[in-house]
Amino acid sequence: MSILEFIKQPWPWYVAGPLIGMTVPVLLLLGNKAFGISSSLRHICAACIPAKIPFFQYDWKKEAWNLFFVAGIFLGGFIAASLLWNPSNILLNPKLITELSGYGITDYHSMVPAQLFNWSSLFTLRGLIMMVGGGFLVGFGTRYAGGCTSGHAIMGISTLQWPSLVATCCFMAGGFIMANYILPYILLLG
Amino acid sequence: MMKNNLKYLIVGIAFGVVFVKAEVISWFRIQEMFRLQSFHMFGVIGSAIAVGMLSVWLIKKFNIKTIHGETITFTPKTFNKGQIYGGLIFGFGWAITGACPGPLFAQIGTGATVISITLISAIGGTWVYGRFKDHLPH
Repeated sequence: MSILEFIKQPWPWYVAGPLIGMTVPVLLLLGNKAFGISSSLRHICAACIPAKIPFFQYDWKKEAWNLFFVAGIFLGGFIAASLLWNPSNILLNPKLITELSGYGITDYHSMVPAQLFNWSSLFTLRGLIMMVGGGFLVGFGTRYAGGCTSGHAIMGISTLQWPSLVATCCFMAGGFIMANYILPYILLLG
Repeated sequence: MMKNNLKYLIVGIAFGVVFVKAEVISWFRIQEMFRLQSFHMFGVIGSAIAVGMLSVWLIKKFNIKTIHGETITFTPKTFNKGQIYGGLIFGFGWAITGACPGPLFAQIGTGATVISITLISAIGGTWVYGRFKDHLPH
């Protein structure tokens, strides 16, 4: 197996997790920057649509590093998909496959299920709820909570901030409730 | 601005590649996590926290400076009810979209162009929070 073939395989958690965790010291050492991604959404609001709202009146240019960082994440996604792509289906728990096939989801070749997230289903009820509604909850909820998985779960807990532990438990509780008790009904709409 | 920030673009690229290769941006992996059907995502998040915690401890213990010689500072987060209400709301969105804010950018990069609508909606959600912040319980 060549090195490239080796890299193309899905990376196990014990490789990926520590690499993601290393982002914390790397950003601190490069410029005393606190790891956090959802702030980028606020900076985009402050830069493009501040509308005299006090929450968006600050010098977003001082936080421009964060926008470069998310631009990099976009490019990283592009590079991984074009050069390091693994064409085989994702290996999932058979219980999940059985459940999802009940909603007509049978295509497992991409990270974002093409049968749920695509342009032509954007204006169906299920598509609107999942793409537009889901996105809104992510943007509203992260800012209301003051951070997301990176800012609270990883950076916050790494610096022993108990409010971040509370936020992380609520992220998990919200996701658990949605995935098990509400999302099945949304998926049935399709 | 460009020159000073280019290094963050490069860190972002590395981070985005890891996101994709470890399937962190996969909607399916997020469903498995919330159904407690796989250890993968818990392992990723847990080991990321462990490495983050160890490195922050080392930085504090040895008073390590940035590459420009500046002191590294940490801003304490103060508790408010937003972490509970907002946290639950974000959790709902995370399970629906299968993405937190970071993976949204990476998903678009992999060619799932329709996720740009989800991202715009997330920016809209952030804006609505900013607009009505003072009317929400904190």
